[in-house]
Amino acid sequence: MRRNFLVAVFPDEERLMQAVYLVREEKFRIYDVYAPYPVHGMDEAMGIRRSRLPWVALVFGGLGLLFGLFLQFYTVVLDWPMNVGGKPDNSTLAFVPISFELAVLIGGLATVAALFVRARLYPGKRECLSEPGVTNDSFALVLRQRDASFDLSRARLLLEESGADRIEEKAAAL
Amino acid sequence: MSATTIPEISTSGEEPQVLRPPRWVEGNPSLQQITDEIARPLEMRPGKAWWICFGIAFAALLNLVGMVTYLIANGIGVWGLNSSVGWAFDITNFVFWVGIGHAGTLISAILLLFRQRWRTSINRSAEAMTIFAVACAGLFPAIHMGRPWDAFFILPYPNQRGPLWPNFRSPLVWDVFAINTYFTISLVFWYLGMIPDLATLRDRVTNRSRRFVFRLLSLGWNGSHRTWARYESVSLILAGLATPLVISVHTIVSMDFATSVIPGWHATIFPPYFVAGAIYSGFGMVLTLLIITRQTMHMERYITMAHLDKMAKVTMFTGMIVSYAYATEFFSAWYRGEFYERYHFINRVTGPYAWCFYLMVLCNVVTPQLLWFKKIRLNVAALFVVSILVNIGMWFERFVIIVVSLHRSFLPSSWGMFYPTAIDVGILVGVFGLFFACFLLFIRFLPMISIWEIKGVVRSDSTSQAAGRGGIAHA
Repeated sequence: MRRNFLVAVFPDEERLMQAVYLVREEKFRIYDVYAPYPVHGMDEAMGIRRSRLPWVALVFGGLGLLFGLFLQFYTVVLDWPMNVGGKPDNSTLAFVPISFELAVLIGGLATVAALFVRARLYPGKRECLSEPGVTNDSFALVLRQRDASFDLSRARLLLEESGADRIEEKAAAL
Repeated sequence: MSATTIPEISTSGEEPQVLRPPRWVEGNPSLQQITDEIARPLEMRPGKAWWICFGIAFAALLNLVGMVTYLIANGIGVWGLNSSVGWAFDITNFVFWVGIGHAGTLISAILLLFRQRWRTSINRSAEAMTIFAVACAGLFPAIHMGRPWDAFFILPYPNQRGPLWPNFRSPLVWDVFAINTYFTISLVFWYLGMIPDLATLRDRVTNRSRRFVFRLLSLGWNGSHRTWARYESVSLILAGLATPLVISVHTIVSMDFATSVIPGWHATIFPPYFVAGAIYSGFGMVLTLLIITRQTMHMERYITMAHLDKMAKVTMFTGMIVSYAYATEFFSAWYRGEFYERYHFINRVTGPYAWCFYLMVLCNVVTPQLLWFKKIRLNVAALFVVSILVNIGMWFERFVIIVVSLHRSFLPSSWGMFYPTAIDVGILVGVFGLFFACFLLFIRFLPMISIWEIKGVVRSDSTSQAAGRGGIAHA
């Protein structure tokens, strides 16, 4: 879906950061910022909430742990107990390493999968670049022109003031 | 080949005197320049040096394929194993290669958690090393099984043999889970770290087929900061998961030995001793690889002498932990007063394999002491020699632990000797071929230095320098 955006391109992170603060002060909502590397302090500047992905790791890690314990308990205690060296069937301590490995495996894979789902990253996706250089050496601040209340001229002025190289109105599917 | 030089910073009169921040990239490259310089080796035809190295590695790899085929066709009797020494080169190689992998995870995960910025230039190739090393390691238990086509019996799946489940009390089964988890998580971590760089390459290559591959692999990455924020949090989570994982892996490997009653294996010191040894040998291999890469691919700007210096220090430190563990083993054998244990350690220094022990001591106890000298840490050739000696020493450490323990077990009637056959040696050489062939292909087709992380480090280097004070170290 193509929508209308105002894209400002910056040559470095300082000017970008300044622009983010300026436009947010004036109550513009930032659609997104595009950069070749994660700019530190940008989360606070944009007002991004802390990611909830750690919870995915915790929940799926816990599930992996339980799965590991259940797998071992079911197979060697309930399903087919075997006497190996006279050790008890339910040697719970010996089940710890595998349960731990499964917790890490399932927790880790689930977290990465959740990232891909949440950030809509999938193989074969066509990239939607706000500006060709954002994966190399330029930085872009993107505002969305949602409706008529968007003050285009004011936004342009603020972005120019903060030192944007170029400001473009774009219809794109970002 | 000079050490990192830091330009003088003029400090204003009132500013307190503080240490100058270390810089991990030479010069002051622009963002464009960083992309160009790191992507250059991927876009040019490989040089003569690369072809020569790849030719040798590929020949060794072919040798491995031939030897393994012969082994599978004829059974493990073609190795020098016998009923006294049932584990020898195979398990030595397995432990050696798993250990090599650990330095990669240390650099990529543990140093990320400790916010050590010097990891950024070397983490990508160290992670690649981990993956290839674990793949090499995984080969050995499989071919040691004798009937490798039945290797899947070790997995707990509902089957028609009872169902017969694996014995979950056995560390050998733990090993299967540990190694597979370690390989999977390392691979995912490596790939995840590469996605932004694959996008960078996608946006600059002109070749249509390469662009197609990079587009497929970069998952439509577009540099959105909302994605970056989530991405960084997931990287930290994976690092947090990989850190205990890497420790668990070599702990479990050591338990393959420590839970048995064989003199020389039955010791509680094994888990920490093995983990330290793994990091030590891994850093030896990282040094070897990075020195080769640095000199042949001309990456001096990114892999600086300061990096080599740091790695040398970690090598020295872990080498001393290993030396301490050797001493502890001897002490506890003497102090515990158990006949067979004492005999084992006397045999280790005076028996038929004593030369292996002395070689090990020379490489793992004496050699790392050279790294106290700054002159040696800052001399690429000397460091390269040290790193090779570390690799040799750690291979012999595992050989000593495994073969020396097995060849004199409790009853003299079950004593024996192990002599490697040509197949043993051929597989040992061949697996290096597999490892180096993979690594050489990696530096040829994928960015061997993390472009986006270097950009972040260069930016914060220059801002902290402009501010004239130590920057807050963030990864």
